[in-house]
Amino acid sequence: MNVLSDAFSAALASLNAHRLRSFLTTLGILIGTAAVIAVVSLLQGLSSSIKSQFSDLGGGTLSLKAVNDQENFRSGQINALSFTDVDVLRYRVPGVGRVAPIMAVNSAGVAYRGRSTSPQLLATNAEFQLVQNRHTSVGRFITESDDLGSRRVAVIGTQVRDDLKMPRNPIGEFLLIGREWFKVVGMMEKQGEVLGFSQDNYVLIPFNVGRSIMGTFRRPMMEVSFTVTNLEEIGKVRERAKRAVRAARRIAPGEDDDFKVEAADSFVKQFNQITGIATAVLAGIVGISLLVGGIGIMNIMLVSVTERTREIGILKALGATRRDILTQFLLEAALLSLLGGLIGIVLGLLVGMGVAAVIPNFPPAQVPLWVIGLAAGFSALVGVVFGIAPASKAASLDPIEALRYE
Amino acid sequence: MIELRGLVKRYHMGEETVLALAGVDLFIGRNEYVALIGPSGSGKSTLMNLIGCLDSATEGQYILNGRDTSSLSEDELAAVRNREIGFVFQSFHLLPRQTALQNVMQPLVYRRMAPAERRRRAVEALAQVGLGDRLEHRPNQLSGGQRQRVAVARALVGQPSILLADEPTGNLDSRTSAEIMALFDDLHAQGQTVVVVTHEPDIAAHCRRTIRVRDGLVVEDVINTAAAA
Repeated sequence: MNVLSDAFSAALASLNAHRLRSFLTTLGILIGTAAVIAVVSLLQGLSSSIKSQFSDLGGGTLSLKAVNDQENFRSGQINALSFTDVDVLRYRVPGVGRVAPIMAVNSAGVAYRGRSTSPQLLATNAEFQLVQNRHTSVGRFITESDDLGSRRVAVIGTQVRDDLKMPRNPIGEFLLIGREWFKVVGMMEKQGEVLGFSQDNYVLIPFNVGRSIMGTFRRPMMEVSFTVTNLEEIGKVRERAKRAVRAARRIAPGEDDDFKVEAADSFVKQFNQITGIATAVLAGIVGISLLVGGIGIMNIMLVSVTERTREIGILKALGATRRDILTQFLLEAALLSLLGGLIGIVLGLLVGMGVAAVIPNFPPAQVPLWVIGLAAGFSALVGVVFGIAPASKAASLDPIEALRYE
Repeated sequence: MIELRGLVKRYHMGEETVLALAGVDLFIGRNEYVALIGPSGSGKSTLMNLIGCLDSATEGQYILNGRDTSSLSEDELAAVRNREIGFVFQSFHLLPRQTALQNVMQPLVYRRMAPAERRRRAVEALAQVGLGDRLEHRPNQLSGGQRQRVAVARALVGQPSILLADEPTGNLDSRTSAEIMALFDDLHAQGQTVVVVTHEPDIAAHCRRTIRVRDGLVVEDVINTAAAA
């Protein structure tokens, strides 16, 4: 430690003796690091803002579906999810957040005061609105107790209200679904049309009510939407879910899945791809700028070794070993480069913050600590790598020649 | 203490081989005060470099304090220089950016000595050469004589076996030269072994023994009776 601290203070003294030169030498490293930190801080700010917005939109939602091919439909051997699969997902897979099964219920249509219509009848639970991020505009959604108590309540889409000419506020009205009466407790926000089809022509009822209407029918048309607790882990949770469901469905190893777990949206994937490309491009820029900066440092260190030939001769005469000299010059190069890196980090942060502030609606810049650590470590490493040639030149000087040098 | 047996040094300069030392046998004992004289090109510098362990001989043996140095590696030689040899050079060779104290402390850095101990010894050495009040001065704030005193303090701080001075007064006026030589006389009187390489008879006259080198050979080795008296 003693040895290093001596070499350290010697290196510092030598850099301090040529302040302007040291600064100019490290400018390459400084600018490179500053550019990287600025861009990374902007990118990270943008990324975290997009991720959080996306997460609000249910971006972390996965869905579990049964898979059927043409052959299944022809033969009538239709694959379906079981209620066990839902429970496995809910209780056996770590990282799974909310689970909302959605089951299509067969019915003989919906009637209200003599009018009737045939909307999609879906049975689900209280988690639906959170998983899908869809909410009621009036009234309330299906609650847990509705589900547990198998209450005959319904939440309708706006199209159903319009088709049945119900009051603008349909809460408290009764609908006849199949042969049972359901009380309307809520109405969902209007979704509008996609390709001319209304997205609001549906009725939601408690999941257990749906089960009892379906009776003993074993192949319900069902899919399960679920969220992950940590968006970053979406891939891992997906794999875990697959494994758990395979086990629950007793699929032998080597056999294909008869179900699939999909990301509700491929947006996350695309976004990660974009940031991945941006990072790769950045890494390239960093590489080039650090290379240039490193060559600059090597150049000046070689000049410095020549300049200080006599000093090196003196130190050798006084008993400095090759290693003593090598350590001192390596440390000097590393310190020079690290100094540039540190100034670059500060400068980059300021630039990033400034740019984010100037552009309207741009999210604030963010830099993860590991990026700062990496930038600092990397700049020091560049110093060491490019310091090797000058330092070993210094270390291998012949003391007699060096002492005679003018 | 210093024992040279058949020491030969050859240099290769391109195609040519220069014979700098042609077989030197020499013994210098503890607490001797020796002048190494000879014209330029005589081989006395080569001899000094070999005695100072800055270089190794082509042939022959150099036994320093009972240890054969011929087979030592570069780093082992560095360690020997650090412990056994105190150099004083013609042009002082102080580190320009460091203070007198830091200059004197420098050899002890390579001994891995604790900073407080280094400082204590360096202060002592500077006091010994009469510069106890110039600790924080840089070389350019000191006169030539003072600079050479700092160099002597640096040579002494590690308590070396040999004080090896190469033309120590070559850059000094005659009055300052006399002061430096008086310092050497004192050190010798205190038991220090001193070897001075010089071409000035006045300087050689201070020493108790004169070794003359010419054409790579010792041609004269006499006791200086006048100085002894």
